[in-house]
Amino acid sequence: MSSNDGIRKTLIVAFSLCIVCSVIVSAAVVMLKPVQEVNKTLDRKRNILAAAGLLVEGQSIDEQFKHVRTRVVDLTTGKFADDAVNIDKYDQRKAAKDPEQSEALAPEQDVAKISRREQYALVYIVQDPQGDLEKIILPIRGYGLWSTLHGFIALESDGNTVAGLGFYEHGETPGLGGEVDNPRWKSIWPGKQVYRDGEVEIGLIKGAVDPSAAAAPWEIDGLAGATLTSVGITNLVHFWLGQDGFEPFLNNLRAGEA
Amino acid sequence: MTAMKETLTGPIFKNNPIALQILGICSALAVTSSLRVTLVMCVALTVVTAFSGMFISSIRRHIPGSIRIIVQMVIIASLVIVVDQFLKAYAFTISKQLSVFVGLIITNCIVMGRAEAFAMKNPPLPSFIDGLGNGLGYSVVLIAVAVVRELFGSGKLMGYEVLPLITEGGWYIPNGMLLLPPSAFFLIGGFIWVLRSVRKEQVEESEFKLARHTPVGEGV
Repeated sequence: MSSNDGIRKTLIVAFSLCIVCSVIVSAAVVMLKPVQEVNKTLDRKRNILAAAGLLVEGQSIDEQFKHVRTRVVDLTTGKFADDAVNIDKYDQRKAAKDPEQSEALAPEQDVAKISRREQYALVYIVQDPQGDLEKIILPIRGYGLWSTLHGFIALESDGNTVAGLGFYEHGETPGLGGEVDNPRWKSIWPGKQVYRDGEVEIGLIKGAVDPSAAAAPWEIDGLAGATLTSVGITNLVHFWLGQDGFEPFLNNLRAGEA
Repeated sequence: MTAMKETLTGPIFKNNPIALQILGICSALAVTSSLRVTLVMCVALTVVTAFSGMFISSIRRHIPGSIRIIVQMVIIASLVIVVDQFLKAYAFTISKQLSVFVGLIITNCIVMGRAEAFAMKNPPLPSFIDGLGNGLGYSVVLIAVAVVRELFGSGKLMGYEVLPLITEGGWYIPNGMLLLPPSAFFLIGGFIWVLRSVRKEQVEESEFKLARHTPVGEGV
C-alpha cells in the first residue's frame, strides 16, 4: 500500500483517471447532442404555440408548427429582413447581449429594464390554409420583481387585438407573481386591444377589471399580491409594442409595406 | 446476505443520511416544491451515489492517499455530467426545472460522505448497495417533503389537481409559504422529530447538563 503514495504512482493514477473520465464524459456529450438539439427546438416551438393559444396537447408539435412561418424583423426599420441572419442558427437572447448585434437603450427608453435591444427579432407568422396571415407571434421580455420574464405575445391579423400571451421563463414568487402562469389569468388576454389612438394603452390594473368600464378593452386584471410583477408586465408590453419595439413593424404590416 | 440487506435498508430509517447525519440538506430545500421534479432528482442522486461508490471502491487499492479526495471528486463529477446529459436528452422539461441542482449533486455531501466513509474501505458490490441504500434514504425524505409541499402549496400532485384551488374556481386556499424554500426546513425538522420519537436511540446525548439553580442565600 505504501507504494501508492510515490510520486510516480500518484501521477500515473491521476493521468489515467483523467483520460478515462474525459473519454466517458465527451462520449456522452457527443452521442446525446442530437437528441438534445431536437428537444430544444421542440421546447421553443411548444412555447411559441402555447403563447399564441394554439397548442393542442397530445398532438405532434412539429405537425402543429407547420402553419407557422418564422421570419426576421429589423426592429429599427420595422421591415422584414429574412436574409440578415440565419433563422436556424440565430439566437435572439444571445444577440441582445452582443454589442455588435444590439444597441444600448437610454434610461428613458428602457421601460422594460432590459438595457440592450437587439437589431433583429424573430417573429412567427401563423398562416391560415390559404396562406394568409392569421396571427402574429412576437417575442417579449422585461424585468418583473426578481427576474427577467421571457415570453411571447400573439396578435390577431389586425395587429391590435391580443390573441394570447405567455411566459416560458421567469423567476417570480411562486403563488404571487408566479401566477403569470395561471391559465385563468392568461385567458383574460385574448380579445383585449393594444392601441388606443395610436398609443399603447393595454396594461394591468389594480384588482379585477369592471367589464362595463369604458377602458375595459385595454385593461387586464392585476396579479393579487404582486404589484411589481404586474407593473413589470405592463412595462414590457408597452416597450415591445411601442416605438422602440414592434410598433413600426406592425404599422408597416397593416399598410402592407413590411 | 443479511449484511447486504442491512447495507441497503439501514440508511432508509435507521441511519438516514438527511435525518440522522444531516447531509444533503441544500438540494432537499431547493427541488422539493414539485413531486415530479423531486422524483427525477432522487433517481439522479441514487444513480450517482451507487455508481460512484462502485467505481471508487474498485480502484480503492490504487488510490494514493495524498490525492484521494480529488480522485473521488473526478469520478463523481464525471458521473454527474453523464447523468445531466441524459436528463437533457430524455427529460428536457424536468432538467430545465432542476437547472443547476443536477450539477450540484457533485457537491452533495451524501455522495462524498459515502465515498470516503464506505467505498474506500469495502469491495465494489457492498459499496454499490450502500450507495443505493443512501440514495433511497435521501429519496424517502425528499418525497415526503415534496408530497406535503406540492399538495398543500399548489393543490396538486405530480402536476394533477387534487385540491381544487380557489383561484381556479375551487375551494382550497393554497399555503404559499410551502412553495418557498424555508418550508422544507420546517418539514425536515418535523420529519426528524417524528423519526426520533419513534426510534429513541437516534436522540443524541446532551453535550452538557444544566446545573441546578443555586439556592437563595447560598450564592451571597
